Amino acid sequence: MNALLARFKLDRPGFSLDVDLDLPARGVSALFGHSGSGKTTLLRCIAGLERAPDGQLSLNGEIWQDANTFLPTHKRPIGYVFQEASLFSHLTARGNLEYGMKRSAERLDAAALDHVIDLLGIGGLLERRPHQLSGGERQRVGIARALAVKPRLLLMDEPLAALDLARKQEILPYLERLHEELEIPVLYVSHSPDEVARLADHIVVLSDGRAVAAGPLTETLARLDLPIHLGEDAGVVLDAVVTERDDQWHLARATFADNSDAGVWVRDGGHAIGHHVRVRILARDVSLAVTRHSGTSIQNILPGVVTELGQDTHPALALVKINVGGAALVARLTRRSAHDLNLAPGQIIYAQIKAVALIG
Amino acid sequence: MTPSDLAAIWLTLKLAGVTTLLLLLFGTPIAWWLARTRSWWKGPVGAVVALPLVLPPTVIGFYLLVTMGPNGPVGQFTQALGLGVLPFTFAGLVVASVFYSLPFVVQPLQNAFEAIGERPLEAAATLRASPLDTFFSVVLPLARPGYLTAGVLGFAHTVGEFGVVLMIGGNIEGETRVISVQIYDHVEAMDYAQAHWLSAGMLVFAFVVLLALYTLNPSGRRK
Repeated sequence: MNALLARFKLDRPGFSLDVDLDLPARGVSALFGHSGSGKTTLLRCIAGLERAPDGQLSLNGEIWQDANTFLPTHKRPIGYVFQEASLFSHLTARGNLEYGMKRSAERLDAAALDHVIDLLGIGGLLERRPHQLSGGERQRVGIARALAVKPRLLLMDEPLAALDLARKQEILPYLERLHEELEIPVLYVSHSPDEVARLADHIVVLSDGRAVAAGPLTETLARLDLPIHLGEDAGVVLDAVVTERDDQWHLARATFADNSDAGVWVRDGGHAIGHHVRVRILARDVSLAVTRHSGTSIQNILPGVVTELGQDTHPALALVKINVGGAALVARLTRRSAHDLNLAPGQIIYAQIKAVALIG
Repeated sequence: MTPSDLAAIWLTLKLAGVTTLLLLLFGTPIAWWLARTRSWWKGPVGAVVALPLVLPPTVIGFYLLVTMGPNGPVGQFTQALGLGVLPFTFAGLVVASVFYSLPFVVQPLQNAFEAIGERPLEAAATLRASPLDTFFSVVLPLARPGYLTAGVLGFAHTVGEFGVVLMIGGNIEGETRVISVQIYDHVEAMDYAQAHWLSAGMLVFAFVVLLALYTLNPSGRRK
């Protein structure tokens, strides 16, 4: 089976990890959770940097760790991007890229390396030393360095966490392009729902060293029992296709891929018709109405059916899951509203979406 | 400067050179272990390494004399090998100097290794470098300032030895009479002019060494 199977049990003073995961062999799997949830420890166990005594790990059937084996880190065909680049300060950027390439049986050929250098925009930085690079530049070199050894699994430990907002916004497009191009599985540790929404295909939500949810991004985010972990950023991410553009008002319409009718108007992001995009709709941006209102500024009013009601973090609030033409939306209301509207599963309702973010 | 002075200078340089090389070679694994280990042996071993910092040199000299002498364990070993005994030979001086200057080489190395931290080593491992490869390709280059400090301090400290040398070496011209002993001899013989030459030379040497160390290596750490 093509998958990454990871089972680790680790006990430390004040912390324990206990996971049993089956992750896809392609695409970006996000390991999401708050600080202390165990996501970095899990990543390090997969890399072999931590040695969990009872661990089991295999990639596409190849065993890296079990009761009788422990493949040391330097023998695992991985690429690892640390939180703070961690470039070798005694080498130039090029020297850093070549470090792994000189030691690895698998490496990118000249053309492929040039492509990665272009993709990450580091061509002009290669002869500089790490201390002459900005944080964002160092991180991009770090990513290129990990890719240069042609890993079969790319591990990224909160690569954007140590960067300020401007640098983050600068690198995210590079990561999105990487995501489109890479054919290997990527494990991406992050505590940022925004990064996860933009990059992940699969998500594992960790809390206190345990996996409380795992599954495809869209499905998992639409679950109502996870708000504790997503908090303010609870919402859904949907795959959609651009089907219309309004040049006069600079808007575009994205329909949820499953159904040609249900869709939303968003700011025109320059995507051509037919282009696949991701759409993110936060629960706090969805309100519900029993009847369709006119004379409102909200453009996206979609008819749907209530499928589930759930609790939110605060006793005053509730989450409602709605099926809109095959796609799931989540709305955050006060429990009083839910009560006043007599909301119940099966009820026909209108979802009023105030803001939609178009990502990638 | 008399031929005997020149012999003393040459002997001193030879002794310091050999001692420093040996210490850099054997001090590296000791310093590496001390920097990385979490075993409770770290304390005792570190303390033993640091002993020469606080012990009077004559104490070190005395115990080495006893151990290396004809009735001591090392002395009996060397005699069994047909090598005679080490005290009052150049080889014996080297052994004594290695102990005497040990912390001056091991401690800067240990600090340099500790300053590197875990992360570069982990990064190297994720880039297919075995532990040995990592040591030579990442640790040594990053520890270069530490090696510079350790080498210079070890050399300079050995040049300045007196007490240990006197006890183990015995003041034999050309064999164990180093500069510091030569100066002592001159003073005893009231040959102050000669004593001045050598002493001033040592002073200038020490100053130049420290100046070089502090300008080349301002904080002892790589930027």
